[in-house]
Amino acid sequence: MDAWTIKEEIVVYIITRRGSIKLGAGAAAALALSNGASAQIPKADAAAPKLPIESGATLRVLRPARFVEPDEVIFRANTEKFAKETGVNVRVDFVGWEDIRQQTAVSANTGAGPDIVLGWAEDPHVYTDKLIELSDIAEYLGKKYGGWMFLGEKYGKRAKSNNWIGLPFGGSTGPIAYRQSALKEAGFDKVPSSHEDFLKLCQALKKANKPAGFALGNAVGDGNGFANWLLWSHGAYLVDEDGKVAINSKETVAALKYLKELYPNFVAGTMSWGDPSNNRAFAASEVWLTANGVSLYFALKNDPATKAIADDTNHAPLPSGVIGKQPQSALVLNAMVFKHSKFQNAAKAYLTYMMEAEQYDTWLTGCLGYWAHPLKAYNASKVWESDPKLAIYREGMNNQFWTGYKGPITQASGTVAAEYIQVQMCASVASGQATPEDAAKEAERRTKRYYRG
Amino acid sequence: MAVATVTDWTRARPQPSWLARLLDYKPFLVVACLLPAVGLLTVFLTYPLGLGIWLAFTDTKIGRSGVWVGLENFEYLMSDPQFWSAVFYSIFYTAVATFGKFGLGLWLALLLNNHLPFKSLLRAIILLPWIVPTVLSAIAFWWIYDPQFSIVSYVFVDVLGVRDKYFDFLGTTWPARWSLIAANIWRGIPFVAISLLAGLQTISPSLYEAALLDGSTAWQRFRYVTFPLLLPILAIVMTFSIIFTFTDFQLVYAITRGGPVNSTHLMATLAFQRGIAGGELGEGSAIAVAMIPFLVFATLFSYFALARRKWQQGEAND
Repeated sequence: MDAWTIKEEIVVYIITRRGSIKLGAGAAAALALSNGASAQIPKADAAAPKLPIESGATLRVLRPARFVEPDEVIFRANTEKFAKETGVNVRVDFVGWEDIRQQTAVSANTGAGPDIVLGWAEDPHVYTDKLIELSDIAEYLGKKYGGWMFLGEKYGKRAKSNNWIGLPFGGSTGPIAYRQSALKEAGFDKVPSSHEDFLKLCQALKKANKPAGFALGNAVGDGNGFANWLLWSHGAYLVDEDGKVAINSKETVAALKYLKELYPNFVAGTMSWGDPSNNRAFAASEVWLTANGVSLYFALKNDPATKAIADDTNHAPLPSGVIGKQPQSALVLNAMVFKHSKFQNAAKAYLTYMMEAEQYDTWLTGCLGYWAHPLKAYNASKVWESDPKLAIYREGMNNQFWTGYKGPITQASGTVAAEYIQVQMCASVASGQATPEDAAKEAERRTKRYYRG
Repeated sequence: MAVATVTDWTRARPQPSWLARLLDYKPFLVVACLLPAVGLLTVFLTYPLGLGIWLAFTDTKIGRSGVWVGLENFEYLMSDPQFWSAVFYSIFYTAVATFGKFGLGLWLALLLNNHLPFKSLLRAIILLPWIVPTVLSAIAFWWIYDPQFSIVSYVFVDVLGVRDKYFDFLGTTWPARWSLIAANIWRGIPFVAISLLAGLQTISPSLYEAALLDGSTAWQRFRYVTFPLLLPILAIVMTFSIIFTFTDFQLVYAITRGGPVNSTHLMATLAFQRGIAGGELGEGSAIAVAMIPFLVFATLFSYFALARRKWQQGEAND
């Protein structure tokens, strides 16, 4: 699960339109219900930074399109509340997940356009010199809400410094989603954490004719999520701490050899799976174990036709393998404020306002935890107790991995993901087109191209 | 005396204003009339093309302006097996799909040229695949080729029971390549068929009557009457078809995104993938620029090989 998973959600919601409409009505209800729920979020005393709002300030905000209706509805409602309280007129534009990166680039280069962009994880790190520092509000929020979680700090702060250039709003993760009945039939009571046992589980599922399946096609979100899991859980990584390409390693080869054993147990067709494929196959009981964001479960839960599947569905951490921690990252929604904004105080005030419990918890709850919180205090949010199957998403922003692990966060790491370099390395081995050694070498060659300074 | 009379008779003509004189001045008129067209072409054609070519020689990324790197992008592409696979598949795709489209399209045109009931309705229906936005038909094919939910698999496995496994259309290299070619042919036939049908209808029936009187067979009539007279249209339609097919993007991008493992990338999709999704504008432009020689060659080939006839010079047929 990585950037661009949103596309998958959109497709899912086209498919289960009934569910979506129902959710629409539910969104309003959630909005009404969760007002006042923020009371249980623990807050420490912290003095808000003084941000005198410029007179006549107006703001333009750009953010990715919603994945479910409440995302947009509540985001707009919170924005309107801000406008009412401060008199600052804020216009929020929702743009397609594919376009926001390019629009951010144009805005950064021309010095015109939106004041604030809620973009993807790496983006603030690409435009560091075009952004204003957000340390004051980030530190205030951290102090007030129990500190930032790992990925919050990682993506918020400029590499090797304490200066905040981004304000992570939340992150979405993709742990294992599985059918409890299938697991039982295969003779397991939980998803094992060792590679060996996980292979056994997949073999048993295949034998029971209830196979597992992970995307190996050009799926930006799911494909990269799976490839990252495979590599990280074997101790392999793309680049080292200094950004030197380190993909061609014996750990990578070991991971690919493992994949060669694992792949024959997948459901047929995963080579051409895109992001929505596993959602559809899961909903049709064609695949019984996969990895996905919370959206999969909610699409099932909200459609009466698939309610039974939802009841049988549960989530589990990805097998940690030799690494001993969750080998996955999160798709992080990262806010930035441009230097060219004429109303920088207003922009900062807006971002702070949106992160305060009264607003943020409503949004978090309404989105059913899709954008898992980056601030520790929101662990106490009611949404995480509303359904025990959601609990696994609570710590999403505490994963210790990021795109382009272990290197600094740069544009190159985003390019490697967008170019499917790791996914294709895995796919070429799984399909027998290349040996693990050759595939690792080819991935190294391609990665070096983008890390060439 | 006489001279004076003449002078009296000539009325002093009013001197035309400078504007009128300017508008009567032919070179100026030519420039003035051409200017809007030239301006439009410069802004919307020359500038983007020039910019694309310029970018191909820089290392520009999205969000970062690049510096001149000379042929570095092309050198890298020369050593990049993915690029060569895309070149191969682009040519293969264009050749096979064009062949298929013309074979089937010509056949269809000949059928439609006969007197059939509901002729106009039939012709309108034939055009449908071409009228539907490409992305929509691509999505339809995406479902048809889906590994789990394909209608074809459903018919063969669940209805007819002649197979026990679903088709894996897009999971391996060659099936995926053929599947895309099939989709492209399906989409391209109407354009060819309708264009050729228009050509067929310009052929005078008297030629066929004459041929019949000479005792020709149906094949002879096609070979010696229809085909030669259709050739000019055929050449033009083929030129367009080759260009459209070679630069095809939507079908491939919507159905496979170039997968599995890059085996179905066309040069156009690879250029987009590298340039926009990957953010390497310079490299993407280099791939796009590398398409130009192929396109020029394909155009010249179909033009000269198929249409080296006097009608081009505006003379009568020989």
